[in-house]
Amino acid sequence: MQRVAIVGVGQSEFGELWDRGFRDIVLKAGSEALDDAGLEGKEIEAIYVGNMSGGRYLEQEHISALIADYSGLAELGIPATRVEAADASGGLALRQAFLAVASGVHDVVMAAGAEKVTDVGSEMTADIMSSTADREWEGFVGATIPALYAIMARKHFEKYGTTEEDLALVSVKNHRNGALNPKAQYRREIKVEDVLNSPKVAEPLKLLDCAPLSDGACAVILASEKVARQITDNPVFISASAQASDYLAIQNRRDITEMRAVRVASEKAYRMARVEPRDIDVVEVHDSFTIAEIMAYEDLGFAEKGKGAELIREGVTSLEGSLPVNTGGGLKACGHAVGATGIRQAIEITLQLRGEAGKRQVECERGLSLNIGGTGATAVVTIYERG
Amino acid sequence: MLPRFWRKIKYRYDIVGTVCENCGSKFYPPRNFCPICRRKGKIREQTFSSKGRILSYTVVHDAPDEYKLAKPYIVALIELDDGVVLTSQVVCDPQEVHIGMRVKKAFRKYYEDGESGIIYYGTKFVPDDGEV
Repeated sequence: MQRVAIVGVGQSEFGELWDRGFRDIVLKAGSEALDDAGLEGKEIEAIYVGNMSGGRYLEQEHISALIADYSGLAELGIPATRVEAADASGGLALRQAFLAVASGVHDVVMAAGAEKVTDVGSEMTADIMSSTADREWEGFVGATIPALYAIMARKHFEKYGTTEEDLALVSVKNHRNGALNPKAQYRREIKVEDVLNSPKVAEPLKLLDCAPLSDGACAVILASEKVARQITDNPVFISASAQASDYLAIQNRRDITEMRAVRVASEKAYRMARVEPRDIDVVEVHDSFTIAEIMAYEDLGFAEKGKGAELIREGVTSLEGSLPVNTGGGLKACGHAVGATGIRQAIEITLQLRGEAGKRQVECERGLSLNIGGTGATAVVTIYERG
Repeated sequence: MLPRFWRKIKYRYDIVGTVCENCGSKFYPPRNFCPICRRKGKIREQTFSSKGRILSYTVVHDAPDEYKLAKPYIVALIELDDGVVLTSQVVCDPQEVHIGMRVKKAFRKYYEDGESGIIYYGTKFVPDDGEV
């Protein structure tokens, strides 16, 4: 197996980009990643693109060829592949690109993620997101994605004593970090009261417990160690990539206070990287809802089951804490551009490990990212280390 | 859109699921394979209990279009007395709903496709008055 490094990163704006088209934002991310790597583009041997619902948001399928075409790579005939796993699509694109380089088939590959959600109304956006859970048996009864996370949160409250204030602290922390990130969609701090007093979405979750759905695109360039050493002095190596699945509907899971896919994928990743949770210095988790970050602390092995809230209460996961989580602002403040989120997480960890994270820089040698699809039926865990 | 809901009517109108005769696991909605025994499992259809208790729930305020008139509404994870867990709406005052609350099944309307469209029916749950 070849060692694989991230050698270039690029990101479009995240937000309500009504004046920009899907291909515009993808090109922005892709060309920024090429500039960052110091490559021209013709060196790219394959593209993997994470996109959840182009067919419904844009009525455009065949996103893979579209991206290759407008990146100017159709002329070279390079293979382009779309991968989909709800809002874990980006993480999965990264994993496919990793596998392509690790296997030795390719030496330079682009992993991208993109979603354009605001071309349809918010009602339709919510309906499309509902398709990431079980449409026939959850969606039918009006169980939206926030509703399903709310059901998990309520059980976590009952079983472990986690509170609405604990969830609010997650949102407050991620907004505080986002305020330091020039690429974040929301760069302003909020208070616990703001979260608690925001409109109810699905009790106990309020509006500020939920990440916004955003337009956006991200790209990273992966290279084999040999190529990486030739083109950059600061490669960030991917030391593990693991993926797991779980029952699609939460009713079939043994325990809705844990995401078993996260547990399984992270255990595999720790084994592959030959590290333990305590060896990780900086983390990006999928905080599509605040309760998801608390559960991630536990399922990734950073806290005992049921004790995730202690980490947020004690400031362990803040920028100043011993295990900074979502240093760039997470999905909550950066925006959740669905298919792009997994790649954005990889970019944040890369910037941190390169020492290029600006005001939000933390001391770190090794990072981890967790990208989740839907309500946890897909989990992708990636571990990174400084080259 | 239509056939997806139409073909499930039997299972939607009553709590009909499947049992694996090999390991005894019960599934609602029905499954073609037992995920525990996989191909060694023998699957047969069974109607499950009509009563159970709420494991967890939410009160939904931000709802899709078709549920606009119903909101806020309650969605709960319900464990039936024979151990099957399902997701359903509970029809009661949001102030009264709580974890552990006893409920029983009821045949109810879910939503309709506009004024002249199809009306979707299914199983909801109501408080089980005998034991609340």
